[in-house]
Amino acid sequence: MHGRIKIKTTVQQEEEKRKERERKLKIYVTARDAIFSKRKNGVLDDEALQLTQQLLASNPDVATLWNYRREILLHLETIREEDDVQKMYDAELSFLESCLKVNPKSYGSWHHRGWVSARLPRPDWARELSLCDRCLSLDDRNFHCWDYRRMVVKMSGVPVDQELQFTDRLIGSNFSNYSSWHYRSTLLPLLHPESPEPHSPCQQASHSSPLTSPQTHSHRVCEEQLLKEYELVQNAFFTDPNDQSAWFYYRWLLGRAEREEMISCVFVSREEERVAVAFSRPVNASSSGLILVLDGQPQRVEWRSIHPRFKHSPVWICKIPPGTISDISNEHNLTVHWTEKHTHRDCALYTGRSESWCRDSATDQELFRSELSVEKTSVLQSELQSCNQLLDLEPQNKWCLLTIILLMRALDPLGYETETLSHFQTLKEVDPMRSAYYSDLCSKFMIENTILKMEYAEVRVFSLSDKNLTSLCHLDQLLLVTHINLSSNQLLRLPPEFAMLQCLEVLEADNNAIENLEGLYHLAKLQDVSLKNNKISKLSDLQPLTSCPKLTRLDLRGNPVTQIVNFQSELAEVLPSITDLLF
Amino acid sequence: MAADNLPSEFDVIILGTGLSESVIAAACSRVGQRVLHVDRRSYYAGNWASFTFNGLLSWIEEYKAGPSQEAVQETWREKLEEGEEALALSPVDTSISNLEVFCYASSEEPEEEEEQAKDTTTCSVPQTPDSEGEVERCLLESSSVEEDEALAADGGSPEPAAGVDQTQPQGEASAEAEETEAEQETCPQVEQSQQEQQEKPFPAESQSEPKKQITYTKIVKEGRRFNIDLVSKLMYSRGLLVDLLIKSNVSRYAEFKNVTRILTYRNGKVEQVPCSRADVFGSKQLTVVEKRMLMKFLTFCLDFEQHPEEYQDFSERPFWNFLQTKKLTENLQHFILHSIAMVTPEVCTAEGLRATQHFLRCLGRYGNTPFLFPLYGLGEIPQCFCRMCAVFGGIYCLRHSISCLVVDKESNKCKAVIDSHGQRISCGHFVVEDGYIGEDQRKNTESRQISRAVLITDRSILPSDSEQQISLVTVPPMEPGSPVVWMVELCSSTMTCMPGTYLVHLTCSSSSGSAKEDLAPVVSRLFCTAVSPEEEPTEGEKGSEVPTMLWALYFNMRDTSAVDRSSYDLPSNVHVCTSPDAALGSDHAINLAEAVFRQFLPEEEFCPPAPNPEDIIYDGDGPQGEGPGFDEADPADASGSQGGESAEPQDVKQDAEQTGDVATEETSTRCEPGPASEE
Repeated sequence: MHGRIKIKTTVQQEEEKRKERERKLKIYVTARDAIFSKRKNGVLDDEALQLTQQLLASNPDVATLWNYRREILLHLETIREEDDVQKMYDAELSFLESCLKVNPKSYGSWHHRGWVSARLPRPDWARELSLCDRCLSLDDRNFHCWDYRRMVVKMSGVPVDQELQFTDRLIGSNFSNYSSWHYRSTLLPLLHPESPEPHSPCQQASHSSPLTSPQTHSHRVCEEQLLKEYELVQNAFFTDPNDQSAWFYYRWLLGRAEREEMISCVFVSREEERVAVAFSRPVNASSSGLILVLDGQPQRVEWRSIHPRFKHSPVWICKIPPGTISDISNEHNLTVHWTEKHTHRDCALYTGRSESWCRDSATDQELFRSELSVEKTSVLQSELQSCNQLLDLEPQNKWCLLTIILLMRALDPLGYETETLSHFQTLKEVDPMRSAYYSDLCSKFMIENTILKMEYAEVRVFSLSDKNLTSLCHLDQLLLVTHINLSSNQLLRLPPEFAMLQCLEVLEADNNAIENLEGLYHLAKLQDVSLKNNKISKLSDLQPLTSCPKLTRLDLRGNPVTQIVNFQSELAEVLPSITDLLF
Repeated sequence: MAADNLPSEFDVIILGTGLSESVIAAACSRVGQRVLHVDRRSYYAGNWASFTFNGLLSWIEEYKAGPSQEAVQETWREKLEEGEEALALSPVDTSISNLEVFCYASSEEPEEEEEQAKDTTTCSVPQTPDSEGEVERCLLESSSVEEDEALAADGGSPEPAAGVDQTQPQGEASAEAEETEAEQETCPQVEQSQQEQQEKPFPAESQSEPKKQITYTKIVKEGRRFNIDLVSKLMYSRGLLVDLLIKSNVSRYAEFKNVTRILTYRNGKVEQVPCSRADVFGSKQLTVVEKRMLMKFLTFCLDFEQHPEEYQDFSERPFWNFLQTKKLTENLQHFILHSIAMVTPEVCTAEGLRATQHFLRCLGRYGNTPFLFPLYGLGEIPQCFCRMCAVFGGIYCLRHSISCLVVDKESNKCKAVIDSHGQRISCGHFVVEDGYIGEDQRKNTESRQISRAVLITDRSILPSDSEQQISLVTVPPMEPGSPVVWMVELCSSTMTCMPGTYLVHLTCSSSSGSAKEDLAPVVSRLFCTAVSPEEEPTEGEKGSEVPTMLWALYFNMRDTSAVDRSSYDLPSNVHVCTSPDAALGSDHAINLAEAVFRQFLPEEEFCPPAPNPEDIIYDGDGPQGEGPGFDEADPADASGSQGGESAEPQDVKQDAEQTGDVATEETSTRCEPGPASEE
């Protein structure tokens, strides 16, 4: 039967494809060689432009070719009229557009486009913006395009409100795109900055540096706009509570500004002739211009971090020249200057006192209002209500649970303690993959709560037994603590940060799983350590204790290390100062 | 070459070019069957066709005029042999009834009209189908649609105007026509014109003056911009039709647009239905809790089979009851029932959940709604399949029918057919559209009716930022017992209506009687007729919120989709394709086509992917077979055919016709449409 058509067999097709590939390869290699020899000879002509175009059209990721192209363009720029240069670069842009069609995620093409756009005598930014819009409508997470778009916006000075509308549009079409939410978070503070509010004068009294508030508000957004944003983001997480971009943005909205950098505590001890200084964040004392002034005289002192492991630390220590403050009948005035930040803190050591300190307490600083800002309570309260409403509908939703915990902490960390703990329990059940994270976070909150309670009670005893602690933190806040009880938790170690407890005399840490005592390092006042029922297994694990000069009592009952033959005598060799050993 | 020179033998002869028939034709031809595909009409796609405005007017005329008084040719008697009997097919199509046309737009420029009136008389003659019984070349016939369009273009399309005048019932339209002169300054529309400029293809027009009222003359003049579907369906993006288009590569012959909105009529107003994630997020009507409940329910529906505990108690009980137990507000129940599941409240829960699931699975494949619409109208789709059939050698004749079947008495099989030119053509299988079956062959005459309305309006039912919206509107029963209506509103970028207008299709299963009775209550609630200029604007204010109808057509179409094969008294190798059904998707037609195909080719694959044009070798044992440009000069050929592929559907339409032509010149082996379309 004629008029019928036949279809090539797969073998025929394969063969044709193979030939085609070979042919293409030959062309490609020839062109490549031609280009390289031209470049070697320093030829910068139109033909080279042609050749590179040919290759880049099929493979836009050869950086060398783009570089050569730029060399040529730069050369041609010098010998052509401005109109011709404009034409040349316009042609380059339309060539690039075709490259981007082939591969919208080519580093080379986007970078070259940025370069060309910047050199264009009369750039058409509107066209570039619409190109970006087209690209993002095809793939709203194309970060190359996001990057390029940022450049275009910057160069062309697109008004911020217009950009905000752009994010409205993108979020409207797909709210699971953190790029858009993040962009929004950079625009809002520009468009709706928070009005600077005068702070309540009552706070000033207790502060040594009364004019600065504990929170600076540089990246905050005014409340009216915030309320709108809360609504927008709630629409997103009620629609899809499992989408994390909305929750992250929400965290940002609720988030607090960075704490002001300051010296939070100065502690001086007559007996040990030393000064300990705590900062609001880890610093490197040797490079931040720390000066100790004693009775008006700058002292030449050597600052040392609490543990050799740390180059940056929130607590630094220095020895005062021997004999300077040892006479208990003298009164001394100390000032620590942090020249880099133009701040300082004074501390007076009165007659008859063996030690003295000056500090901001954690309660003053509202330090543990979680990561959330201290917005008006009513706002946070209504946000908490919305989240509780969502939790009723989605009792298993981890994002919602976590956000509720954070809101509760911002509102009233002690008042909500029971609820917080039960939410943590649910979280660990619904998201077992991250249960260790939740345990650590919970430990952190429990420590914060205990610090607050301690502050309110104005004592230097810190007791946190039987709270399922898995990790320790905020140890810089415990600089003044003399007695600490960490018994019956799930601690695995006393980390190097533990050395920040500079006043510690008695440590109880029974019934944990501690196998590492690294943090018991140069604790000058430590006398009594109880480590019953832990996992200390080697004598060398006790090595850090040798740096604690006053240690006399050590309880190691129920530790594997006690099974060592001749344990007592071996230990006496390592720690001769121990007079009272229980094992 | 005259049509009576058709080959005398085919494997399959197909009468009727509706969707099912065209799919069968493509499927058979694709696996090497010799296919003859004919249609009595002068256009493709039968009751699935799309017409230009003027084409539609001719179609209306044709049905209004009733069956043509053609002398029944008895010549076929002599073609019968011993042991054979003839089984006559019905010469008339009775599937369309209750046609009513209303013109609300005013006409203007009387002098022009006079001119047209003259044209009318001259043009109308060749329009009448089968006017002369002469043997025409199929080539001519198949291009006649195009001719019509051409006429309409230069002549300002004449004859239909007269046609409508006749159909206007009590002269209410002509009364409006008298008010023409004053009507230009319609104030309420001015604000809208600004929006329009954004996407209007002819900005110059709208910029220079405030929006001009669209007159009937203008519609007729721009009639070629319309592509009005007889059947209004949307394509579920994971429905059988879309899957088939993709699988068979037929999709390359057409272009599609996403339906952009799902709307519903509720509490007296039209609202957007939040169905996708983005819609729910952006919805202003829902509270956050409603958003959660809706998303939760929809997420459950996506894999409801995995959670039998949630619904098994309700499985056989009404879906409506089930929804009420789901903590969904009334708002949400309405959206889910009417616009997402699109079922009646009484439907059982299992079915309601399945419908919801289908809707949701279709979401997001191509956009934020589950539906696609083919540019240039649904009538494109059958033609695409015809094109595929022609590419693989199928032969096409329009305006060519089959008069009777030749049945072997002994085996009760159809051996051959005798066509309308009296030629006897033998065949292995005969596929026929239901409309060609005479009353004698129907054992069970019961059939349903679909009620249809087509409106041309001046603005969208729910104006938004973009003028170019394609909307599906679900209208629940206005009062108990009245039908569920769905409405598809098409904008001009779908290439189905002229800029500045919207084409609105209403469809329902007929409950009472005529389409007008079924649909007029909905139409009058959602649309108004032209406001006369004397009325105070304040009075017109309320009216101006709803679109104004410029033109309306009502008709009923017979729905035989539920008729069983056993209800026809026909030989076993005669297969009937029932008419389009009332459903929104086309699954029925595709299922039917596949079932028919399986009946006589159970071993063959149904519509396997078509090879790339460059992989097709033209078997050259005909004299022109090895013509240059095919076997040689490969690269050029390939690029040429690619050009063909990406051609606009408008070209495709012509292509389809051309391939039809080409294919009928049976000695030619030129079948590949790509290069042909380039020339």
